[in-house]
Amino acid sequence: MNRQRLGLWWFIGTLVFALLSMLVPLPDVLEPFKPYWPALVLLYWSLESGERVTLGLAFTMGLAADLLDGVLLGEQALRLTALVFIALRFRSRLRFFPMWQQTLAVLALLINDRILLTIVRVFAGDALPPASWWISPFVGAALWPFVFLLLDDLRMRLRLQ
Amino acid sequence: MGQESSPLFAGSTGTLRLIGYLALAMVLMVLDHRNGWMWRIRYGAAVAVEPLYRLAGLPVEGMRTLSVAFADRQRLTVQNQRLREDLLLANAKLNRMAAVAQQNEHLKELLDTQRSLELNVQLARVVGVDLGAYRHRLLLNVGAHDGVKPGQPVIDARGVMGQVIQTLPTTSVVMLITDPNNALPVTVERTGLRTIAYGSRDGDRLVLPTIPMAADVREGDRLLTSGLGGRFPPGFPVGEVTRVAPAATGMFLEAQAQPTADINRSEDVLLLHDQAEPVGPPQPVAPAGPPADLAPAGAGQPAPAVPAPKGKP
Repeated sequence: MNRQRLGLWWFIGTLVFALLSMLVPLPDVLEPFKPYWPALVLLYWSLESGERVTLGLAFTMGLAADLLDGVLLGEQALRLTALVFIALRFRSRLRFFPMWQQTLAVLALLINDRILLTIVRVFAGDALPPASWWISPFVGAALWPFVFLLLDDLRMRLRLQ
Repeated sequence: MGQESSPLFAGSTGTLRLIGYLALAMVLMVLDHRNGWMWRIRYGAAVAVEPLYRLAGLPVEGMRTLSVAFADRQRLTVQNQRLREDLLLANAKLNRMAAVAQQNEHLKELLDTQRSLELNVQLARVVGVDLGAYRHRLLLNVGAHDGVKPGQPVIDARGVMGQVIQTLPTTSVVMLITDPNNALPVTVERTGLRTIAYGSRDGDRLVLPTIPMAADVREGDRLLTSGLGGRFPPGFPVGEVTRVAPAATGMFLEAQAQPTADINRSEDVLLLHDQAEPVGPPQPVAPAGPPADLAPAGAGQPAPAVPAPKGKP
């Protein structure tokens, strides 16, 4: 019971941490390289603990992220819901992919996410973003194995579900 | 149905729910885009949001503190020396300006105008928080409780940075002049040409896309705020023209400019409190003549539209 509760707090904690990491700025030069942390963490949880992650959770987390960065309410909610839907759909395949294949799948998901974001922003009347806009998904995919192993390792050490 | 039962596609996700959530998100986006009521929600949610901002700003704050704590003596001495030289230079300039300002005040008293050169400013600190990819915004550590209002201009020591677009109880959001959605009325210092500076697409420069073909604009020209539009007081430095070329349409010249303000590096900024002038043309000035005791005795009522020279008997 206690361990279960601890597991729940750990789950929530990583999600909040992902939102905070989204807010922390990088030095100016590295700015385009910043990965989309909430997506990475949500992907990890939807692969590892699929019964906890639902579309509703993704939507709520997206709304929280929208409230935090104040761009357009519903934008990240849309992106994260779509992302989690695809991840949950192919969950049983993705889980048993070797790491390099999983990384490629994550790259595809993140690029899809960026395309969605671009469409939303263009519809909202923004100009097309510069080329460096497309770097971030690659950085996110490159970080994926490390994020995955780190979160997995921590979970094992803490013996959490 | 085959898909739902197949173990490869097992999962708790229904396409119907996905469509529901996506539709909800789209409705939210459209409503927010049309009405902009998200800020009202944000103001309400500020109790939860603002501590998170402070938390997320801690790493940057820590880096600043560390850079001061571990800066070696040598660097601090050099920095101190430089600051003292700057201060000396600024003071010398100020002293010269003081005489001019006094003269100006005097002349303006004669003209009976209200505008003064004094600035009513408030110091604010930038909270190191990233507000979304390629949104050119800053978060300041002062908000509605400190008397900040949307629309207030924000400057740093070198020039205009942007304007406040939203206030939360103890923080406020600034849109930078390099934001593609920002437009700023400027005037070219050398020629007095008035035009509009927009933020560029990649967001670290200014673009002036509508300069008449025949206009005289060169590299190195300084841009000042023109004061038109009533948001920014006139005469603040905005940028320096770096490139002039015919626009793609061939109907205008397009200039690019580098902002003078340290857009990406400023830690402390100033909020201007007096909003320059109300929008629209200024009120007509009541005609005022020279003081009554200077009027020639026995003359009727001259009521000149232009103040007469002071040396009149």
